[in-house]
Amino acid sequence: MSNSVDPTGAGVALQARTAALATPPPIEPEHTLSPAMWGTIAFLVSECAFFGTLIVAYITFLNRDTTGPTPAEVLSLALVAVTTTCLLSSSFTIHAAEKALKRGSMGGFKFWWAATITLGVAFLAGTAYEWTGLIRDDGLTISTNLFGTTFYTLVGFHAFHVTAGVIVMLTILGLALRNKVTARQEAAVAPVALYWHFVDGVWIVVFLVVYIIGR
Amino acid sequence: MAVAERQHDLASQAATKPAWTAVLHDWVTTADHKKIGIMYILMGTVFLVIAGAQALFMRWQLVYARHDFVSPDVFNQLFTMHGTTMVFFVGMPMIIGMANYVVPLQVGARDMAFPRLNALGFWLTLFGGLLVYFSYATGGAPALGWFAYAPLTTKTFARSAATDFWALGLIVSGFGTLTAGINFVATIVAMRAPGMTFRKIPFYPWTILWTSVQILIAIPPLTAALIMVMFDRQLDAHFFDPQNNGSVVLWQHLFWFFGHPEVYILILPIFGIVSEVIPVFSRKVLFGYEFMAAATMAIAFISLGVWAHHMFVIGMSRTLDMYFAAASLLVSIPTGIKFFNWLATMYGGRISMASPMLFCMGFLAMFLIGGLTGIMLALAPFDFQLSDSYFVVGHFHWVLIGGTLFGLFAGFYYWYPKATGRMLSERLAKWQFWLLLIGFFLTFGPMHISGMLGMPRRIFTYEADRGWELWNQISTIGAFIQAPSYVIFVWNLLWSLRHGKPAGDDPWDAFTLEWATTSPPPAYNFDSLPVVHSRRPLWDAKHPDDPDWQYE
Repeated sequence: MSNSVDPTGAGVALQARTAALATPPPIEPEHTLSPAMWGTIAFLVSECAFFGTLIVAYITFLNRDTTGPTPAEVLSLALVAVTTTCLLSSSFTIHAAEKALKRGSMGGFKFWWAATITLGVAFLAGTAYEWTGLIRDDGLTISTNLFGTTFYTLVGFHAFHVTAGVIVMLTILGLALRNKVTARQEAAVAPVALYWHFVDGVWIVVFLVVYIIGR
Repeated sequence: MAVAERQHDLASQAATKPAWTAVLHDWVTTADHKKIGIMYILMGTVFLVIAGAQALFMRWQLVYARHDFVSPDVFNQLFTMHGTTMVFFVGMPMIIGMANYVVPLQVGARDMAFPRLNALGFWLTLFGGLLVYFSYATGGAPALGWFAYAPLTTKTFARSAATDFWALGLIVSGFGTLTAGINFVATIVAMRAPGMTFRKIPFYPWTILWTSVQILIAIPPLTAALIMVMFDRQLDAHFFDPQNNGSVVLWQHLFWFFGHPEVYILILPIFGIVSEVIPVFSRKVLFGYEFMAAATMAIAFISLGVWAHHMFVIGMSRTLDMYFAAASLLVSIPTGIKFFNWLATMYGGRISMASPMLFCMGFLAMFLIGGLTGIMLALAPFDFQLSDSYFVVGHFHWVLIGGTLFGLFAGFYYWYPKATGRMLSERLAKWQFWLLLIGFFLTFGPMHISGMLGMPRRIFTYEADRGWELWNQISTIGAFIQAPSYVIFVWNLLWSLRHGKPAGDDPWDAFTLEWATTSPPPAYNFDSLPVVHSRRPLWDAKHPDDPDWQYE
């Protein structure tokens, strides 16, 4: 049936001829990240391409509107400075949570993890406040002009990613409160933290493009 | 008494085959990479038949000048659905399905890195395809062309919900493709067998790794652009709306930023398959492994910077025309390296012309021609003359059928024995090959001529005095010669499942790990994880007196 040579059978026959077959060099253990981390990195690469596209669209349509409102008229730097501070500091709190988990300090983990969620929710609340003002007071919706179209798409997809992160972190917090999270779950927490850092990093770019350069 | 009866019942049930509902449940809920791979391929085969029928309808419409077999609107729907289906629901699923089956086996892993994500990816792809076909329920499929240039997708021109189903289906299947890319990266980078360093990885997983990188970078822009289409249509946004200073050119840039890497997503895995088959059937190692590996990377990167060669005629600046022409020509260098290395692998080898090698030969000859017409079209002034003509249709079918499909068939004939334990019929393979080759030449060869005579693509008919009728008739005859070759192929798949020659574990006396396990492999692939010392671990196992690791 099979014309393959049985390795052991061939080995026995050959051993008679060549007293000692050459032995292969020992295998060096390879150090690489876990599959979960590689998967997360791959996912975040695709997210870069996604946000990159939205940012390209935003820049393409900057200052091409013939009707208002314009970014300079309606965007408040003071408000977004506060929300940006919340989001950026949450990168430090999630890092502290990870370190606490590594140390095995569950109290520290829960504290810093909850702090990260609070900061994320504060950011979302700030965005909700901003959007309410834009829609109600300034009459800016996604169909008003190109600024509205690109602004709500870009900032909205970012806020959607923050929301997804908050939901995942709440799930982990719930598990932690029921003592289902220990230092052994560090590998499961690491991808979430990496995702959160990414969401923060994207916000820095969005902040610069929308609120600094584009305003 | 009742207990005894029930035991008897159970015993007789075990003796007979499991109920079809149980089998169906097993397949629908599976997370086994082999079953998912087979489902991807079955999906691709079904859509191949559908999109093939659409092609035959179009060819029959064009057989005479002023023929009225289908109406202009139906013709527009046919070429839209034919292109969309062939790219997203035939090419991609077949490529991802084959890689799903083979890659974990070749790298010596028990499954993909994320088996459930893998199942999710398949079902997203399938339901994405079904969503696109739901558009027929709105009274007709979208009539956009597969690249759906704005403003054809705006509500002004596409009034029914067909375009929304089309966009939504592609978004959903795009997520499926993305999960596959993520899964391949994690599997190939982090799940290789002990000892299988990146310099010892079989060539097919290496090409799948770079295909996956392209998937990760190219699919999200398409998703984003399709979301913009949906926002324009559903929420009155203005991305592609020229009335409000939106940009139809932005759509072209975003689409082709996806679209060009996409054609490499459809060909890099084929390079991998060919690089597995040619060495085994030439009884040699792959010539210039390192150069082949580097060329694969080079193609993956260069392909991200050539998209606007699809857009020479929209009037970009001369600088951009020159850049995109030069960058596109650059691709021919790594591709040429690959070509010569395949030839060098065969040179002096003991070549066997079994069916996988036969299709590789077809691939080499046909892909070369498709590549050369590609170089012609990369030259901007040449493209000014022939853009959107039948010459372009001839060119890309030459690479997609002559390249992708011939390579996929080589893969089918090579790995079918592993997946089923049976050999495919060599006699039917020869019939399929020659009908396909001749039919393919006759269908797409004349298109280059009708294109140069000025025939634009996507027209539903033409005047008799244009001199295009003869070339169109040859094309149509070719299509009807090709069609039975696909029937023979499907028949071969089904017939050999029961009647094929038993294959054994290693029918081709091959070199890589998938042949070290049984045919078909058990659910867990390997009893114990294999340890690898060279690029040809199975050769080492079969030839302990002369293992490869001594020379690498």
